[in-house]
Amino acid sequence: MMETPQAAAADSVLSRVAPANPGASASPWLRFAARRLGQLLVSALVLITASFLIIHLVPGDPVRAALGLDASQQLVDARRAALGLDNPLWLQYVDYLRNLFAGRFGTSITSGLPVSQVISQRLPFTLELAGYSFIVAVVVAVPLGLVLGVATRGGRRRGTELAFTSVSILLAAIPGFLLAVGLVYLFAVTLHWVPVAGESGFSSYLLPVASMAIGPAVVLARILRLEVIAALRADYVRTARAKRLPAWRIYLLHVLPNALTATLTICGLLLAAMIAGTVLVENVFAWPGLGSEIVASIIAKDYPVVQAIVLVYGTGVLLINLIVDVALALLDPRSTIRES
Amino acid sequence: MARSTSGNGRARTARLRRVLGTPAGSSAAVLLGIVALLAIFAPILWSSDASAIDTSSILQGPSARHWVGTNGLGQDVFYQVLVASRLSVGLALAATGIGVACGLLLGTAPLIVGRRAGRFITSVINIAVAFPALLLALFFAIIFGIGAQGALLAIGFASAPAFARLVRTLSASVAGLDYIAAARIAGVSRFRLLTRHVLPNIGETLIVNATMAAGDALLSFAGLSFLGLGVQPPSYDWGQLLNNGLQGIYTRPAAAIAPGVAVVVAGLAFNLFGEALAAGLGVSPQNITAGVLGRLRGALAASAARAAAAEPPPSARTVPADSVLVVSNLEVAFPGGVHPVRGISFAVRRGEAVGVVGESGSGKSLTALAVSRLLERPARVSATEVTLLGRDVLAEAGRGRAAGAMSDRGLRRFLGTKAGLVFQDPMTSFNPVKRVGAQLAEVAAVHHGLSRRQAGARAVDRLRAVRIPRPEHRARQFPHELSGGMRQRAMIGMAVMGEPALVIADEPTTALDVTVQRQVLRLLKSIQADGDMALLFISHDITVVGQVCDRVLVMYAGKIVENLPVGQLTDASHPYTRALLAAVPSMETPRDRPLAVIPGRPADPANLPAGCAFAARCAFASDRCRAEDPPLVADLAGREVACWHVDAVLAGAPTAVAGAEALTADPESAGPAPISGEVA
Repeated sequence: MMETPQAAAADSVLSRVAPANPGASASPWLRFAARRLGQLLVSALVLITASFLIIHLVPGDPVRAALGLDASQQLVDARRAALGLDNPLWLQYVDYLRNLFAGRFGTSITSGLPVSQVISQRLPFTLELAGYSFIVAVVVAVPLGLVLGVATRGGRRRGTELAFTSVSILLAAIPGFLLAVGLVYLFAVTLHWVPVAGESGFSSYLLPVASMAIGPAVVLARILRLEVIAALRADYVRTARAKRLPAWRIYLLHVLPNALTATLTICGLLLAAMIAGTVLVENVFAWPGLGSEIVASIIAKDYPVVQAIVLVYGTGVLLINLIVDVALALLDPRSTIRES
Repeated sequence: MARSTSGNGRARTARLRRVLGTPAGSSAAVLLGIVALLAIFAPILWSSDASAIDTSSILQGPSARHWVGTNGLGQDVFYQVLVASRLSVGLALAATGIGVACGLLLGTAPLIVGRRAGRFITSVINIAVAFPALLLALFFAIIFGIGAQGALLAIGFASAPAFARLVRTLSASVAGLDYIAAARIAGVSRFRLLTRHVLPNIGETLIVNATMAAGDALLSFAGLSFLGLGVQPPSYDWGQLLNNGLQGIYTRPAAAIAPGVAVVVAGLAFNLFGEALAAGLGVSPQNITAGVLGRLRGALAASAARAAAAEPPPSARTVPADSVLVVSNLEVAFPGGVHPVRGISFAVRRGEAVGVVGESGSGKSLTALAVSRLLERPARVSATEVTLLGRDVLAEAGRGRAAGAMSDRGLRRFLGTKAGLVFQDPMTSFNPVKRVGAQLAEVAAVHHGLSRRQAGARAVDRLRAVRIPRPEHRARQFPHELSGGMRQRAMIGMAVMGEPALVIADEPTTALDVTVQRQVLRLLKSIQADGDMALLFISHDITVVGQVCDRVLVMYAGKIVENLPVGQLTDASHPYTRALLAAVPSMETPRDRPLAVIPGRPADPANLPAGCAFAARCAFASDRCRAEDPPLVADLAGREVACWHVDAVLAGAPTAVAGAEALTADPESAGPAPISGEVA
């Protein structure tokens, strides 16, 4: 990614062209911002449309399905009218958009509570879980990947390398919710160190966070190790060694930033996958977040709630992708200029 | 796909055999085989055991009769896990099939439906791919409703965008190939083009990805069933068993663990087999891109390729009193008996510019790296002496090497300030993510203990010294914002951040434009002359060495074969030196004759002949040359040469008639070497 010949060639062309055209130094950023913003808007519109269509694509009458066969026809009709389902589709779409921008997500069919209230109650728990898990994964993976990369470079310590690779393949293959079941068995049921389920202070975070963080941490460490090995062979590391810098300076200031930049896209993918993973892990631990709410709502056919939560998850993914792209552009300006 | 299989089926079978031949491939195949056998036979063999209701043993833990206990109806969970393999694996395969089919449709549509609709489909795919497959599956599960059928469609559709993108990328790359263009010109219809030319070529990659995706689908299905959105009772798959088991995890954890283990093992079997297939069929890492998991895999494979690339290349006399650098019997060896540098000795005097010249593989760059202590394992460096300013560099290094890095802080400071290095490619030799000024300032901050500001000021001063315009501005820029020539000048500035007594420049102009080369050489020369520094200048270009250096060391196959002042290059006495000179075109070179080259290949360091390594390419070679390696002998004037036939070479008469045509340009008829004029 960093040192491909094409990139170097494009780079050299650009650097030669740049002095002749001083205005070009500012415009790539503008072009990048415009292109990325356009991408975000289109994706957001697709996401909103998809969430709007949910209630119209489900087979049968969604209100009847939600209220059950015993509900009276008047009640169903009243709820239909309240949800605006009798209006023409385009009007419903316009209303949906207008309500979204006003922050109105409608009311739950089953509980009658405003959906925005449900979301604001549940979202913090999910954000906490995903956020802590991501932080733990990065905090574990970065030192691990760096140390292993340095220790196993140039074919050193083959045994360590083999052991790490095998363990990481196995751990990465276990999805978070299955790991969660194993951890619950080991630490909650057998050892009684932590509670089995629910949110009740620090100890209740340990297992959910661990089960979500271990897989991504291992994957990230594995990729980082390879990137560190690749960076250690780069010419600029030879330059740093020719400057006779202390080893820690070479590893932390010259190797790590480059290796981390190369793993940034992976971090975005892992974080996005983690948001999806919360749905399963929350259900293992009866965690009071969005994940357990959306499953309950799907089963109860409470579509306004489902629509809103789908929107929240999707927005999260779009934001992560945006942050990764911007961070990548800032850390490796060549990639931005190259694309635009 | 069938067509291509029959087309070169034999080659494919051979490659498949190669996949299964590796330990990873064979164990993955065995694992997958067991999963497949279970999926086929378990329901036939154990359905009755699994469904047998035993009200006398409800919700029991593991026992000799029920290995992992029983459920609420007293049914044996172990047999249920075995029987569930058919439904679990079958649904996963079916979902993958749906995903591949939809992916093929969506992915090839842009080739068929025309440009505008194609672009629309592509952009929709690109948006969908940004979302994790699990979220997409959840979305589709909402629409298709709860149950096995809904989950099947949901997981299938959720994997479709990833497959569509894969197919799109692959078919776009295939569609660009020459023979497709030829077929198109010949009037082959788009659809026929697709089925006959495009699809057969992407089949292998698709199969590899589908195998891995089946593993992912298995996990996704387990997830949906576990959430209660997939398979519904009384049917059961692994996810549903897991859901049941989790409710009783306090009393009978085995009932939750067993289906979980089954899911992991089966998922692993598909994934590992897919990876083994990818390795065996040579599917490139860029093509493993289906889904978020797939992109992770692709990234992993790409990183591995990057890490694997750029393997390190396998490749007693009087010393003047004012020597800055003294090297005696320097050897560089690699594991496997490769000796790219074979016992060379030389010295560089104060203020002297010494060129080391030779073809690639002659060991000249390794010599430079070994002398500057930059060679790492697996290279092994040994020498009777390597001293810089009288300080033994190598002996101290030997002690420090155990830690894998320089442990002696004093030595590090000494080398960091007294020896500067300039490398070949200024494009890659700067750290791309650090500002130029900071990279220079680092030297002063680390070795001279200067403050950040002082070090920065010194960096700007050095940039000015190497004639970089607006050095304050350039110091704040990133390397990619500087031109190649400017970057190399900054590199020279970095080399003189300390007060170096010696600057080692390893092919410093090879990567630059010809016009820039001259500027950089002139700068190097003036910096060296102004600072009274010694220069060790490595180059494959004898003309460049002639412009910059006072003395030339000619290396061939890891040995110095001639050592002479630049002014005397015209009467060099080694045939190799003469051949190098003759290969330089000049204004007098006849245009109608092919350019002179040195015939034959450079000696292979892994397989050196007995005797003189140049003998095979030498017009003067005799039997003695092929048997005995000539030593480097000094004459009265201090010139050194390693050749048995110096007199014959100087007389210009090849002794071996058979090899007469070997040197395309006869040393005499070549006239005075072009270099002589430039040196003066």
